[in-house]
Amino acid sequence: MRRAIRILPALLIVLALAGAWELYADLGNVDSLLLPAPHEVATSLWQDRALLWSNFLTTAYEVLLGIVVAAVAGLACAVAIHLSATLRRAVYPLLVASQTVPIPIVASLLVVWLGFDLAPKLVIIGLVSFFPIAVTTLDALASVDPEQRRLMRTLDASRLRTFRFVEAPAALPGLFSGAKIAVAVAVIGAVFAEQSGSSSGLGHLVQQAVPQLLTARAYAAVLILSAFAIALFGLLTLAERVALPWAFEETRGGSSR
Amino acid sequence: MQEITEAPAEEPRSVGAGAATSIGVRVEGVGRTFAGRRGAVEALRGMDLRARPGEIVAVVGASGCGKSTLLELVCGLQQPDAGTVEADPAVLMPQRDLLLPWASALDNAALALRARGVGRDEARRAAQPWFDRFGLAGFERARPAALSGGMRQRVAFVRTLLAGKPVLALDEPFAALDALTRQEVQAWLARTLHEEPRTVVLVTHDVEEAVLLADQVVVMSPRPGRAVATLPVDLPHPRKRTDAAVIELRESALGALGVAA
Repeated sequence: MRRAIRILPALLIVLALAGAWELYADLGNVDSLLLPAPHEVATSLWQDRALLWSNFLTTAYEVLLGIVVAAVAGLACAVAIHLSATLRRAVYPLLVASQTVPIPIVASLLVVWLGFDLAPKLVIIGLVSFFPIAVTTLDALASVDPEQRRLMRTLDASRLRTFRFVEAPAALPGLFSGAKIAVAVAVIGAVFAEQSGSSSGLGHLVQQAVPQLLTARAYAAVLILSAFAIALFGLLTLAERVALPWAFEETRGGSSR
Repeated sequence: MQEITEAPAEEPRSVGAGAATSIGVRVEGVGRTFAGRRGAVEALRGMDLRARPGEIVAVVGASGCGKSTLLELVCGLQQPDAGTVEADPAVLMPQRDLLLPWASALDNAALALRARGVGRDEARRAAQPWFDRFGLAGFERARPAALSGGMRQRVAFVRTLLAGKPVLALDEPFAALDALTRQEVQAWLARTLHEEPRTVVLVTHDVEEAVLLADQVVVMSPRPGRAVATLPVDLPHPRKRTDAAVIELRESALGALGVAA
């Protein structure tokens, strides 16, 4: 109930914007082929539901698999960089460089190289979404209280045991933060990848719909993509609360951390 | 040199075990300087400290007089620039309890053993008797956030004991507690150290705490820190803060600190 009240303002803003859009489209003498009114988008959502659904499944599959790839790659990078100063020097610049790559161009080149199948999509999604995971996890690993590390040293803990018992668990909230950013960009990455060459998926659908002036369908696809990213974000938030209840606890009097 | 596990049911461990190798803590003429952003900071100069095995030595001094540096030297976390530090293996108990928020109280205490590669179940079994003994029974599975400040400090102390080292380096262990809890935990610590003798270097800015707990009070000068007075506390336990002898010692320690009585 309280949560419902908390999202109420956001909901009201969305409703107000949709209302303004509707009024503008209906009264403003706008060609519905150029800007469909919200009710036309809703109609398309219903009428094209089979088409949208099957294309959504393709995109969802790519995104989910891509996030798994990104999470594995991001975690591996973060842990390797954290544990080894040599690797930090070797890998960190590359990590940053990987984000300067212009994705739309590389996406086309990857399609040339890897074809129209899943592979180039996973590479693109992995490329855009491993970075936030790597960086937030790395930050969380590095921000462990130095005094905690000193304590582990006087307890004769090896580097690896300090990592296992102290740093790794402490980094989990960081991993979740990174994953939440990653899902949002993963959906964008999937669209770029699909538009560079594919035969299905919502990105592909949008690319087909626009030249055919099926603008309402394109908007419907965009709506679904956003809803999907928001749903993934929400699921991760929920998973974090279940998996890391300690990160949300209030400390009883005195200082603990 | 160190036991892997300890349980209070065992024979009270004499710290002098293997007396030939036991030296307690010996700090002689130690200097330590840090390179700070605004020039060098000399934390210690000509610091001396002696804690015989089984002795409790309290170190008092104003904030920033190098007390924490002294403890890190004793624990081997730092090396002195001058002088010598000799000590039996020491474990640090920092001012903040530093309990891991995701782990249960029992696992937090058992961390001392896990850190050395003891298996989870064995480590928990070794920690359990201390929980029963220190009034923590029933809170084994509670996370630190659910414990009071005093309980957290006791869990941290169990962790320190389980490290199985002959020297305990306590860095203002009660500073973060409220006054009432602090008195309670001080009394508890005095009792515990009486039953479970260790060589202790207790750093504190609370002169009364020093006199209540220690066999010897070392008063440090402001930075660069060195020992300006050493007061033996030859009083029987339990001591009360209202005892005339305690008050007298407290005043002479304060005098040595340069605080008008």
